[in-house]
Amino acid sequence: MSDATNTSNDTGNDTSKDTSKEWPLWEVFVRSKAGLDHKHCGSLHAADATMALQLAREVYTRRQEGVSLWVVPSSAITASDPGDKPMLFDPMADKIYRHPTFYVLPKAVDHM
Amino acid sequence: MYTQALSIGPQNASTPAEDGALEAAFDARILEGEFIEPKDWMPAHYRKTLVRQISQHAHSEIVGMLPEGNWISRAPTLKRKAILLAKVQDEAGHGLYLYSAAETLGTSRDQMLDALHTGKAKYSSIFNYPTLSWADVGVIGWLVDGAAIMNQVPLCRCSYAPYARAMIRVCREESFHQRQGYESLLTMMKQGTGAQRAMVQDAVNRWWWPSLMMFGPEDKDSPNSEQSIRWGIKRITNDQLRQKFVDACVPQAELLGVTLPDPDLKWNAEREAHDFGRIDWDEFWRVINGDGPCNRERLAARVKAWDDGAWVREAALAYARKQALKEQAA
Repeated sequence: MSDATNTSNDTGNDTSKDTSKEWPLWEVFVRSKAGLDHKHCGSLHAADATMALQLAREVYTRRQEGVSLWVVPSSAITASDPGDKPMLFDPMADKIYRHPTFYVLPKAVDHM
Repeated sequence: MYTQALSIGPQNASTPAEDGALEAAFDARILEGEFIEPKDWMPAHYRKTLVRQISQHAHSEIVGMLPEGNWISRAPTLKRKAILLAKVQDEAGHGLYLYSAAETLGTSRDQMLDALHTGKAKYSSIFNYPTLSWADVGVIGWLVDGAAIMNQVPLCRCSYAPYARAMIRVCREESFHQRQGYESLLTMMKQGTGAQRAMVQDAVNRWWWPSLMMFGPEDKDSPNSEQSIRWGIKRITNDQLRQKFVDACVPQAELLGVTLPDPDLKWNAEREAHDFGRIDWDEFWRVINGDGPCNRERLAARVKAWDDGAWVREAALAYARKQALKEQAA
């Protein structure tokens, strides 16, 4: 927690302290079945990537929850700042013409 | 932990006046039923409450492996052994989900473990009771995991999102825990010998009251409850949950053919709920404060596991660093 300016990862953790005896933090992504995308499912501590994969298998896929795993060092994730939420996302609220439901069509062609 | 939490980010470096505005905005979000994410502003006390609750919860899962782990090598059949192994592994997993959730609040895993190992942090009183017979394993599944589920289901809607997400995963897995326990007891009660049925009844007698204590002190003695409910951390009070649990257990006990060890337990038509006897709160506080039947043994087992594993953790880290250097050089 030495780096008070670090707002870059979603977990709220600072994992950059190399001198720590604590294993670094990894974010785990699981593809639940072929054809779907990998989805974030949690995090864990591991000494390296190989171990992170092994532990991810034990911690997050004990019941066939996945067919593929990604592990990413938490410190490598750059996240948007919650304070920027209005600036980043609110402008989309009044762009309803980007949605198909904005266009009222005659019933005969409404499956379009 | 308090000071730790205060130093986690620039959003906490605000003046009291700003804090007032931020807190009002925070309260409004909670009122709207919004979820709070790790990087969002939150009152220091909200953070502190969650760190305490989530880490205690994590410790309970980890210490909770010990009483049942005792029976892995003594399970009566290969099937029961496989089930018990899977269950105990789940408890480890639950502990890990929860530690991760607590870490998002700015406290490190090592700090939490240190608090457990030095006796500063609490864990559920229930795991300070011994598992004396095989029937205890079934009764823990039925009653202890049953009480845990009752407690945990409302936490899936906790306002702190990482905790809620962890609880959804935990609850999905916990249902197997309760069902395997009940099924194991049912097998002993319906197909077992007289001695086996007596063993089940004896286990129920010993675990019933400690299970009721799992819901914590009565509402009138839980001063923090109200604030936790206002913050959306807690959704249902201790007494309400306890009542739900008793009402759920009575027909289950009947079907099993066991007696719940409470002469005052009876249906109250007016309340449409069961009345039950007085919990021995002296015992509860004794166990919480370190003087239960197994407190010292449990804590010593955790400390020993941590200390004995130190060289493995260090070696793995040294290996990882060496490999990283090699990769750099190549």
